[in-house]
Amino acid sequence: MAEALATIRRVEGMGMITLRGALEQIGPVVSDVTGIALPECRKITGAGDRQLGWMSPDELLCVMPVADLPAILAALQDGLTDRHALVLDMSDARVIYDIIGAHAEDVLAKLSPADLGAVGSDDLRRSRAAQTAAAFWRIESGFRVIGFRSTADYLGALLHNAAMPGSQLAPR
Amino acid sequence: MLALTCPCCGITAEETEFHPGGEAHLKRVGPEGADDEFEAYLFARKNPKGAHIERWRHSYGCGKWFHVARDTATLRVFGAYTTQSYGPPEDIVNAIRQSYPDWTFDRNAAE
Amino acid sequence: MTHTPPFRLPSGGRLIDRAFQIPFRFDGRTLRGLQGDSLASALLSNGQMMMGRSFKYHRPRGPVASGAEEPNALFGLGQGGRFEPNQRATTTSLVPGMALKSQNCWPSLDADIGAVNNWLSPMLPAGFYYKTFIHPRPFWKHVFEPIIRRSAGLGAAPTEADPDRYEQAYAHADLVVVGGGIAGLGAAVEAARNGQTVVVLEQDPVWGGRSPVDHPEGQARIDALLADLRAMPNVTMRRNTMATGLYDHGYLLAREALADHDPQQGIPRQRLWRIRAGHVIVATGALERPLSFACNDVPGVMLASAARDFIANYGVAPGQRIVVVTNNDDAYRTALVAHDAGLDVAAVIDARNVADGDLPQAVRARNIAVLTGSAIAKVKGGRHVEAVVLCDQAGDGKPTGAIDCDVVAMSGGWSPVVHLWSHCGGKLLWDKDQAMFRPNSERPPLGGDGRGNVTAVGAANGELRCAGNLERREAATRPVWCMPQGAPYKLRSKMWLDYQNDVKVSDVELAAREGYVSVEHTKRYTTLGMATDQGKVSNINGLAVLSKALDQPIPATGTTTFRPPYTPLTLATIAADARADTFQPLRKTPMHSWHEHHGASWEPVGQWRRAYCYCAAGEDRHAAVNREIKAVRQGVGTLDASTLGKIVVKGPDAGRFLDMMYTNMMSTLPVGRCRYGLMCNENGFLMDDGVVVRLTEDTWLCHTTTGGADHIHGHMEDWLQCEWWDWQVYTANVTEQWAQIAVAGPQARQLLQRLSGSFDLSQDALPFMSWGEGEIADIPARVYRISFSGELSYEIAVPANRGLELWEKLHEVGRDLGITPYGTEAMHVMRAEKGFIMIGDETDGTIIPQDLGLGWAISKKKTDYIGKRAQSRSHMTDRSRWQLVGLESLDGRVIPDGACAVDEGVNANGQRKTQGRVTSSYHSPTLGHPIAMALVRHGPERMGQVLEFPLPSGEVLKGRIVDPVFYDKEGSRLNG
Repeated sequence: MAEALATIRRVEGMGMITLRGALEQIGPVVSDVTGIALPECRKITGAGDRQLGWMSPDELLCVMPVADLPAILAALQDGLTDRHALVLDMSDARVIYDIIGAHAEDVLAKLSPADLGAVGSDDLRRSRAAQTAAAFWRIESGFRVIGFRSTADYLGALLHNAAMPGSQLAPR
Repeated sequence: MLALTCPCCGITAEETEFHPGGEAHLKRVGPEGADDEFEAYLFARKNPKGAHIERWRHSYGCGKWFHVARDTATLRVFGAYTTQSYGPPEDIVNAIRQSYPDWTFDRNAAE
Repeated sequence: MTHTPPFRLPSGGRLIDRAFQIPFRFDGRTLRGLQGDSLASALLSNGQMMMGRSFKYHRPRGPVASGAEEPNALFGLGQGGRFEPNQRATTTSLVPGMALKSQNCWPSLDADIGAVNNWLSPMLPAGFYYKTFIHPRPFWKHVFEPIIRRSAGLGAAPTEADPDRYEQAYAHADLVVVGGGIAGLGAAVEAARNGQTVVVLEQDPVWGGRSPVDHPEGQARIDALLADLRAMPNVTMRRNTMATGLYDHGYLLAREALADHDPQQGIPRQRLWRIRAGHVIVATGALERPLSFACNDVPGVMLASAARDFIANYGVAPGQRIVVVTNNDDAYRTALVAHDAGLDVAAVIDARNVADGDLPQAVRARNIAVLTGSAIAKVKGGRHVEAVVLCDQAGDGKPTGAIDCDVVAMSGGWSPVVHLWSHCGGKLLWDKDQAMFRPNSERPPLGGDGRGNVTAVGAANGELRCAGNLERREAATRPVWCMPQGAPYKLRSKMWLDYQNDVKVSDVELAAREGYVSVEHTKRYTTLGMATDQGKVSNINGLAVLSKALDQPIPATGTTTFRPPYTPLTLATIAADARADTFQPLRKTPMHSWHEHHGASWEPVGQWRRAYCYCAAGEDRHAAVNREIKAVRQGVGTLDASTLGKIVVKGPDAGRFLDMMYTNMMSTLPVGRCRYGLMCNENGFLMDDGVVVRLTEDTWLCHTTTGGADHIHGHMEDWLQCEWWDWQVYTANVTEQWAQIAVAGPQARQLLQRLSGSFDLSQDALPFMSWGEGEIADIPARVYRISFSGELSYEIAVPANRGLELWEKLHEVGRDLGITPYGTEAMHVMRAEKGFIMIGDETDGTIIPQDLGLGWAISKKKTDYIGKRAQSRSHMTDRSRWQLVGLESLDGRVIPDGACAVDEGVNANGQRKTQGRVTSSYHSPTLGHPIAMALVRHGPERMGQVLEFPLPSGEVLKGRIVDPVFYDKEGSRLNG
């Protein structure tokens, strides 16, 4: 039997902070606290487990190991007290899957209508996977996908189905 | 299946990543409004064959609402712009007029 | 003459591999074909020309075509869950062990009882159903309909679930070329050289289209193009992929067959591609048309192109002695191919008076008779062609001779495959010289930029000689819509247009006489083109006959609408992953697995699954609900309330904003307090409710109904982004960040105090409708003193990842208190006992808060809120609107939910007038009798009156109007 198109791995232990505010106002504080450059429109900055993603013209997503979260959350709240901004711990509201392998892009192309060819190495694409919302970006050898906690099983099942051995998209 | 470009984040995506919201630039009529004014605000919609401005939300993306000027007959998209405006910008009006030379923006046509 | 072996030619057949024999089953017999055969060629190689029965008259039928347009050779394929009806033998590749079942015949293909319809055919003309099954009226239901239902439909639907997997995939390309023939491949090379990303789709397993069969150098030319394309990294070549439809803005659907009829491969059977194309090139070729002569449906009469395909592609002899009948030069290729394969070509019958192109000359050079100005008067033979009777094309069918033969290869000219071009609005024009509709390049389908985004090339564009310098000089096609020209009715009533649905020239003429002037109406009246082939071979011939009958030019008649899919698509491919576990997202709370392990009976609420109740061993749902309610009323219970929507609203203008969102005043809510709020839409109708919590000076938390979170969040963002964009407010939907547990019952506080440590949960510290923050079971928590059950109640919110931990801890430490998990039904009954409304029960999108006695929740101080203006419209202030009341059943039976209270008199339809309806109805275990809530005209003013509720059974239940609050009217329990 052929191998699955990619390994689907549920990532545990990550924390997420949602920030809303005028980016030119909150950006310097966020950059300062996280040590990560403010991402441009549709981009994600940082590396490894500490990243800063552009979610909308007034929303950022800060990803970090959950152990680092309390300090960063407190620092962000402190730093932004005098500004109109919303800072929320959303770690438990989300699920993360990594799609790793030579055909990782095929797996995602079966689920998301996004033009993956247009998703660059530093892009964060918000889209959907079949019937559930999903955002993703490129990591080494694949993609990191975040979805909602409540539909984690659904998203996981979709990803596993899409990775079915022998089902790569290259013409046969 | 339309393809639209969200002016708020720049993503071009298919229709299923957006949510339609009907006619744009409706002027809200509040508690002081007369019956006929309020009725028009609530129910009367233009629904033209040709150039039309409608609301869309990038619901599977940045979550922002925006306006699209679109030809309802040919599905040509003249342009998209932010909802934080009282009418289409000049370049979109010009684009519409290439197809419909007499077109003018009439915010309160529904009233 | 009879059909005799050998059916497989000694040599030839570019697609077959004679080294590999493939066994298959046909109606219980085991036959053998060769690797590379289609089902049709495999059957022909076994001498099986008859491959089906027509739908209406059950006439014997053989293959007419060799491709996707085949109307006759359809079979039931596969077994069990993999059985599929109506599979085209001409496009299905032979797979070892395949099982074919013939259709529309009983007891067998050879001896079919239904063939009696053929003898009755003079009594079954077009529109037969509409004319016949009208009188006597009762016959329709009891006689006609059951019979018609039994005979309706071709083939049988499978009865078991399809065990195969199907998938979908998205693709994006600058250019998609549909059709891998010489025109498509040539266009692809050109575009790819210009640097575009190109996807080429070909419905067949092999590339090349007609060129390899029709031109000596065709295969070499195709191979050269393929070599070019395969060397370019920006080109994707996909065989076995049928472009099924072209939609707005270059959206193309295509079905790729991956493991059709071959489940052993263990991969998805089919894949539906959703392709966004910058531009589409339609290179779908053309389809040959039959000629309308009498008995042109006898097995052995086939398209000229099909006859030469069977010979050239599969090395199969469709017959030993061939007659070609044509109105064009192309069909002469069949004579040449057949002759060169060693078959006897008896004659070429050409309706034209002159045939002097290169091809007719080449035929003559092989000493084959070419009879110009000639026609077939009729075909002789029942189950197989035996001979043709000749006549003059210009005459009325008077026989001039006869030729024995066992196959007739006919060609009425070619029609471009314009389906994709037409799906999305491309217009056609009538090409008089070639007698065909072809794409009007000046009116193509338009893309989002308003410019044409589809180009038709090659034969699909009417350029039948698109093979360029491979072509030989050809003379013009002469339109022949009836053969012979002056054929009398007797012949016309045997000229088939639509083979599958048995529509003949005479049927279309009858429709015209009866007043059907629109081609679309004629189609539906006669069923022309409504079979599974969707008129691919019959459409043009049919509308030409209609035009002649109406005495108008063909373009004035026009074509019927071309609709996707191009060929039938399996429903499973359209559904793909949306079945079984992944039918739709199933939302689970953090405590889902606990409920699952404790006997939860599920209730779907939107996409959420909530526990309806938890059945103990041997307990039914009703008993479980009653037990849960008693436990909460007398002790303590827990409800998983995590599904409730939670939206944070923050900012300097948040209070002002919420005053607009809710009917209540939320800006004045003190920090630390909770308030029940109502949310209406601009129509004034109640759309959601929930408890609003003031977290800090500038932050509120809005609870919504379980199904309402996304919608209400979107509603808030809509107003913030589009109307009050200068207000400083941010919102966030935090529903899934929190697990929420309602701990309710007289012992709720006692239980929680075991886990709350220094967190003071006393009545003084945390009174009803307040909230506090602290630790419960060492988990950071927000505790809200709110109650939907009417009991002392705390709703505890903790981070979702710790929800299960808290739930289990509560059950561990509350065991001695008889702690009981309760589900949504217990919650529903308890809220009804308290007279609390439920969105979706008491509301249905037409109910305003005033209808529900919720006037107290509408701020009188506010000048505005969403829905306020609407609520002052005359109909909304009408005092006769139905109002909420309680109901007590007089005889102790539960009055069904939805039952109507009847009034005196009848309406215009003779139905009893109504004056109210039941919105919620339960048996109350707390009170020991049924309770109900209802909306009743002038209800609150009619306390004590009795209403009648007739049931469908004819029984009438009676209910007395009472106060909707049945339990603890003074509210001492929830305040306790």
